[in-house]
Amino acid sequence: MADATIANTTNEPRKASGSAVKEVLGYLRRNPALAWGIGLILLLVLFFVFATLQVSSFTEYRPLSVRPRLPPSLQYPLGTDTQGRNLLALNALGLLGTLSIGLGAGFIGVVVATLLAFIGAYFGGRIDAVIRLVVDIGLSIPTILLLVIIAIAFHGLTLWQMALVVSMTAWIRPTRIIRSQVLSLRERAYVEVARMSGMGGLEIILKELLPNLMPLIFANFVASITHAILASIGLEALGLGPADNPSLGTIIYRVILYQGIIQGLWWWWLAPIVLIILIFIALFLISVGLDELADPRLRTTS
Amino acid sequence: METVKYLVRRFAFLVLVVFAAGTLNFFLPRLTGQDPIRSRLLDEMKNGASFASGISDLVKVYDEKFGLDLPLWHQYLNYLGDMSRLDLGQSFTSYPRTVAQLIGDALPWTVGLLTVTTLVSFALGSLLGALVGWPKSPAWIRAIAPPVFTLAAIPYYLLGLAMLWLFAFELHWLPGSGGYRIGTIPSHTWKFAFDVLQHSVLPALSIILSSVGFWALSMRSMMVGITSQDYVAMAEAKGLTNRTILVRYGLRNVMLPQITALALELGYVVSGTILVEVVFTYPGIGLLLFNSIKLADFPVIQGIVFTLIVSLAVATLILDLALPFLDPRIRRRA
Repeated sequence: MADATIANTTNEPRKASGSAVKEVLGYLRRNPALAWGIGLILLLVLFFVFATLQVSSFTEYRPLSVRPRLPPSLQYPLGTDTQGRNLLALNALGLLGTLSIGLGAGFIGVVVATLLAFIGAYFGGRIDAVIRLVVDIGLSIPTILLLVIIAIAFHGLTLWQMALVVSMTAWIRPTRIIRSQVLSLRERAYVEVARMSGMGGLEIILKELLPNLMPLIFANFVASITHAILASIGLEALGLGPADNPSLGTIIYRVILYQGIIQGLWWWWLAPIVLIILIFIALFLISVGLDELADPRLRTTS
Repeated sequence: METVKYLVRRFAFLVLVVFAAGTLNFFLPRLTGQDPIRSRLLDEMKNGASFASGISDLVKVYDEKFGLDLPLWHQYLNYLGDMSRLDLGQSFTSYPRTVAQLIGDALPWTVGLLTVTTLVSFALGSLLGALVGWPKSPAWIRAIAPPVFTLAAIPYYLLGLAMLWLFAFELHWLPGSGGYRIGTIPSHTWKFAFDVLQHSVLPALSIILSSVGFWALSMRSMMVGITSQDYVAMAEAKGLTNRTILVRYGLRNVMLPQITALALELGYVVSGTILVEVVFTYPGIGLLLFNSIKLADFPVIQGIVFTLIVSLAVATLILDLALPFLDPRIRRRA
């Protein structure tokens, strides 16, 4: 403890990894939103680990593999649905599927958004105007409607095709936010200095703008994941989800389609809803925590 | 002069959005290189037209406009022409009813549900957010804020599923499906109106509960910004009552950006409502979309998407044009 403070005050590079861990933990204590968000994600990981240990075979996510309509028991902790799926196996794989779609689409979305923002800033003029117009139009069209139209063209998507479909709208919002930040950064004094010292446009983007944008890009990555997951679950609940790969939205779709609630099979719908809600609350808390990390002024509010 | 320029630009944008909606509607389903509507029609013809006797007529009409012998750009122009005349085509599964008729039946349900829930949650949420962001509001308001904010992170329809179970299945307090009791004939009587009202309580409640927090969140952050302004300190120094400061200095100033936010988020509200209708089998646009996807009735799906995008664009336009009347600052600038 004392060593760590001395090391910090003398500005020596930290050697012990223990002090770094301590520092992160200390920060998390000061940023409870981020801590709770990460904690919830760990809880979801724990759920998946539990499923791997408990389920005898993950192939039981398929229909007709176990006795149907069983309430939760020691053998099937989340019960089984009307078509004989082991719901623990299905939910664990569904969680994995939904998170993969969100991460994949969110990543593509934020990368495309960053590229478009820089292309607009670099070339300016007409190209920038076109990017802005497309983004404005895109923002006035609800994501889910666009995705419905894309999804009906394909029969039986795979998980990664689904991520690709969702990413087709995931770039719109981040492009707008990152672009306006690039435009404001471009006018800052240090960029001016870099320009006068003979740095090229590409060099300025990579060495001056990109590092300063990283917190914002990361915050947009989280927002993009949230939107992608929201859109994918909505699409799946409408019956346009991946055909063979399990996902949480598809479970919801079957509950709606086969009237799981009226049939009184509470275990069928409770687990996916709780998982989805945990995902959204975790992402929400992480984004609140990241805002605080990127902009310390927000700390005064509470 | 400036005003005219703004109006022209704003209308041009509306036209552009409608054009984009038509274009996407035409090209996106053909992304795979073939026309899914055509292949579905031909499938049905081969199957001996299981659902409608007019299927061969449908194919003939369809081929005249979108047949393979026509080049793609010609089909596209035909499609845009149809859309601009609001001719949304024929439904496959409810032939001889047109898509426009089906949407016309469902639209009043959705518009009613959306209008009531949006107004209520917007007003309630804005008020709650303002009070939470106001330093002198009572403690109990701060206490109810976190759970309300948490509800905002949950999609409407998931809350809807939980409410359907609790209030319709477990407690039997309210009907959980349909727009009115099965067997009654829609009429302009008080009894029927009450029936409809009863059926829309649960869908409306689940939308309101999960969207109040959203409006409260955006209102709170704006209100926090206001409280540190000099004119608020000045108002306090003048000895104005807390309530006068809140309403005249706080609320009046943040209402405008809050209404701008409403214009931006309308699309999200509409998307959420679609699935709430599905959960409660409420006979609006959302349920029609769900059933059309189930039956692969592509013209209806495309018609719904087009109609919703255009109505949203018009609603946003109206809100944008109304803003100058609400805020003297914009009026003066224009």
